[in-house]
Amino acid sequence: MTEFTPISALIGGAILGFAALLLLILNGRLAGISGIISGVMSTGQNAFWRWAFIGGLILSGLIAPWLNLSMPTMLTASWPLTLIGGFLVGFGTYIGAGCTSGHGICGIGRLSLRSIVATLIFMLVATIVVFVSRHIVGA
Amino acid sequence: MKKQLLSLHGLVAFISGSLFGLGLIVSQMVDTNKVLNFLDFFGQWDPSLALVMGGGLGVFGIGFALLVKPKSKPLFDESFFLPTKKHIDKKLITGACLFGLGWGFVGICPGPAIVNLVSVDAKFIGFVVAMLVGMFCARALSQR
Repeated sequence: MTEFTPISALIGGAILGFAALLLLILNGRLAGISGIISGVMSTGQNAFWRWAFIGGLILSGLIAPWLNLSMPTMLTASWPLTLIGGFLVGFGTYIGAGCTSGHGICGIGRLSLRSIVATLIFMLVATIVVFVSRHIVGA
Repeated sequence: MKKQLLSLHGLVAFISGSLFGLGLIVSQMVDTNKVLNFLDFFGQWDPSLALVMGGGLGVFGIGFALLVKPKSKPLFDESFFLPTKKHIDKKLITGACLFGLGWGFVGICPGPAIVNLVSVDAKFIGFVVAMLVGMFCARALSQR
């Protein structure tokens, strides 16, 4: 059970929308996290800003306690699900060219039809998975 | 690209990454239970994450339309690097399905996975390693 937190959700969302806008206006790059992560495996100068962005993501986690922001300390899913889930997230976002940030925020924000379709699909599939695991298998 | 510009790019990316991470933390996208409860429409539905998307899309979407679209190039580069593909293909659909499957299993997507590395919890690290392996396999497969 988690509480409905509309204010922090809206503020948090606005902050990440602003972060993505900043990267696009100044550097001309989209803040698609899966693309940034898979892109660091590439070589050349395009790897540099991607490493810097990932460094920033990690910094945010490190300074969160100072700002009195709570972070989870552990992942609750079982080991097999964690590893299979991680593999599918990596494989799927590479093949589908985006994740929640790239398609869900930057893509829909640019009114890209591809991103709207991709977002609807991954939300629907994830909803079905949760329904099956919580209400059919886990019931 | 000149060295000076390269470091400027790095600084912007670092600041943007830090802010993005803070957005994920403030909105609680990093909390797997919060994400799974958002996806659980027929159970203990927590609609919070819809507002994360609303806030993110509001700022990015309006900013894109008013500040990016009318401009021909970004401040620190020669052009905007935007995807050029327009059509819905099998790869997009397959990829989105697989991502949705993994996201539904664990409740975590790539951004929060990286932010959560600071917990040094073995499972978060395992998730990120598995995600990198998945990306690597997908890349190897699509380069064949």
